[in-house]
Amino acid sequence: MMGTPLIEAKNVSRRFSRKLDYAEKIARAFGANLSEKTVHAVDEVNLAVHSGEVVGLVGESGCGKSTLGRVMAGIMPASGGEVRWKGRELAGLKGPDKRQARLAAQMIFQDPMSTLNPRKRVIDIIGEAPLVHGLVTRPALRDYVADLAQRVGLDPSYLDRYPHQFSGGQRQRIGIARALAVKPELIVCDESVAALDVSIQAQILNLFMDLRKEFGLTYLFISHDLGVVKHICDRVVVMYLGRIVETGTPDELFSNPKHPYTRALIRELPSISDRRRDFTPVKGEIPSPLHPPSGCHFHPRCPHAFARCQQERPLLQETGPGQASACHLNDEPSPAARTGTFSTVS
Amino acid sequence: MTQPVLEVTNLSTHFPTRRGVIKAVDEVSFTVGQREIVGLVGESGSGKSITGFSVLGLVDPPGRVVSGSIRFQGEELTQLPQKAMRAIRGKRIAMIFQDPMMTLNPVLSIGTQMVEAVLAHDRVSRTEARNRARDALGMVGIPSPEERLDAYPHQFSGGMRQRVAIAIALLHRPDLIIADEPTTALDVTIQSQILYEIKRLAQEFSMALVWISHDLGVVAALADRVLVMYAGRIVEAGPVEDVLSQPAHPYTLGLMQAIPSAVPRGEPLRPIPGMAPSPLARPSGCSFRDRCQRATEICSAEPRLDILADREWRCFHPNEGRAA
Ligand SMILES: Nc1ncnc2c1ncn2[C@@H]1O[C@H](COP(=O)(O)OP(=O)(O)OP(=O)(O)O)[C@@H](O)[C@H]1O
Ligand SMILES: Nc1ncnc2c1ncn2[C@@H]1O[C@H](COP(=O)(O)OP(=O)(O)OP(=O)(O)O)[C@@H](O)[C@H]1O
Ligand code: SF4
Ligand code: SF4
Ligand SMILES: [Mg+2]
Ligand SMILES: [Mg+2]
Repeated sequence: MMGTPLIEAKNVSRRFSRKLDYAEKIARAFGANLSEKTVHAVDEVNLAVHSGEVVGLVGESGCGKSTLGRVMAGIMPASGGEVRWKGRELAGLKGPDKRQARLAAQMIFQDPMSTLNPRKRVIDIIGEAPLVHGLVTRPALRDYVADLAQRVGLDPSYLDRYPHQFSGGQRQRIGIARALAVKPELIVCDESVAALDVSIQAQILNLFMDLRKEFGLTYLFISHDLGVVKHICDRVVVMYLGRIVETGTPDELFSNPKHPYTRALIRELPSISDRRRDFTPVKGEIPSPLHPPSGCHFHPRCPHAFARCQQERPLLQETGPGQASACHLNDEPSPAARTGTFSTVS
Repeated sequence: MTQPVLEVTNLSTHFPTRRGVIKAVDEVSFTVGQREIVGLVGESGSGKSITGFSVLGLVDPPGRVVSGSIRFQGEELTQLPQKAMRAIRGKRIAMIFQDPMMTLNPVLSIGTQMVEAVLAHDRVSRTEARNRARDALGMVGIPSPEERLDAYPHQFSGGMRQRVAIAIALLHRPDLIIADEPTTALDVTIQSQILYEIKRLAQEFSMALVWISHDLGVVAALADRVLVMYAGRIVEAGPVEDVLSQPAHPYTLGLMQAIPSAVPRGEPLRPIPGMAPSPLARPSGCSFRDRCQRATEICSAEPRLDILADREWRCFHPNEGRAA
């Protein structure tokens, strides 16, 4: 890809200090050895997204996808590194520039119910931001919102209803209409279709692709549904415990994954055509983000781990055109790494 | 043939509301054989969860089972007093809910909860109960189960919590487990781990399983037979290979065509046109008729159940090639 990315994360980290909860404080008072813990939700991530691109973000539950999405959408500050919006550091923007960048990057949240005010009517939920930011005048508001509703497949005659009067899929579409209402350039979709049955899911994904064609929208698409990611993304980014471990085009990544974690992930993908009756899960526990393993975070579960993996963090390096992975096997002429016919240790 | 574990006949479960009666489950019939894994799929709001709740006697009032029969190992459940139902629930039939926190109490340790669950049905010592709890945790792949017994739910990851809920469901080695989308919120690696464990355990203890899901890939991989629900009814049923490769009912076909892998990468997906009818205003006759490309005059009458060998459907114009 050429030119300045629309948005770029440079060495972005996000840490959370988890305060002890009540039970733990009591436990500590009785002598338990507990202290406040820090979670490295996102750990020195570099990710550039170009205008018009659809980038998929996948990985195990708790690996930091939503956190990275929030940081890139500008709704959560990074605790290290910087986010650049059209080449300028987001944190350094002031006044109208800052406001403009805020509006231009919108996030659609995983659970629509938790982000839709239950006491507001749909017309106000969707119309509030464009009104406040002067994108539409009050007399024109109803038409503006009705038009958006139509686009996302909501019946405009429902605009005076409250969120609880809608089905799950319709609520998700309210969240989508709200994000679109401010004419964004980037949308971060966080598991936006996970809770929908396949038919409603197909409807929403078509809408996303139409909007991209029509307005050149850019998407960061967070999902655990690899079938969906494969279908709509130009590029896929795989995270494991706060770090990017592999990135590539869907064709490359799904047919020729390089990182052992990506391989495991792809093998798990249940599909209708391939009626596997035996599941061969990734071995071992998901490690705690409170005590991430040393070196390569994946080493306790990796069938190829060797001594170096426990000591040294592997860096993301190019493995082919448009494909990169973070694994020490990239430096080893090991047959397992090259042929992809590795066997599972079980 | 041996007696089925579960035999549901003409089950209807209704919710009276101010605006009318919601027929969440409408004359539903199906059986689950011994050791059989049955997948239950269908559109959101079609009545899948309420079917499961009905079997366990867990429908929220004012909703109730208004008619039909639920026979579990030959015993009629719909007429059973609460007390007798409680003795069956958790012991001989267990349910795994979509959200493990529906099963788990956040302020009690996992061990305490599991010991209580054992003692609810079996008169054994606490030590014996604790040992069984520990073994159940080990069985679902939780490492160092002995130490984990003292942990609280929030100290487990999402996938581990779900496995604890599964371990609790397995404590009494029930004859039937009803699992309501237990893996939907999990990523594929954890999901696959759970499917693997469930399948193995079902075989080991000859349990029957009803698996509710909207993920057809999961159902294809796991189930022997599939039931497809639409608007409160089962519209198609049969062996999972046959139904998913040659759906008879246009709704099932519509679901199959809506999944991303059904079209080349990047091309528009094919959702079923229109929306599911409101449960308060279902059309007469076939409720899929407003959205169905094969609909004709005759579809305004009620399609009856057609049965051909091990397949059945409710449709006047089933797809060609079915059950060929
Ligand atoms: N506000 C917070 N306070 C403390 N810890 C947090 C907070 N938000 C996230 N975390 C922790 O950061 C890590 C990453 O969380 P995040 O929500 O980004 O994961 P995710 O990849 O989106 O997972 P999922 O697929 O389950 O949504 C987790 O260990 C989580 O517990
Ligand atoms: N407590 C209730 N009061 C009134 N109606 C209810 C109640 N619970 C469920 N319903 C209605 O019954 C119908 C069936 O609901 P059910 O929860 O079984 O759907 P489902 O198939 O499990 O859907 P999903 O895939 O979204 O979980 C829906 O129309 C729902 O709105
Ligand atoms: S760096 Fe080592 S442990 Fe990590 S994925 Fe590669 S081989 Fe496995
Ligand atoms: S009965 Fe008629 S309307 Fe209903 S699914 Fe069959 S063809 Fe379509
Ligand atoms: Mg998340
Ligand atoms: Mg349900």
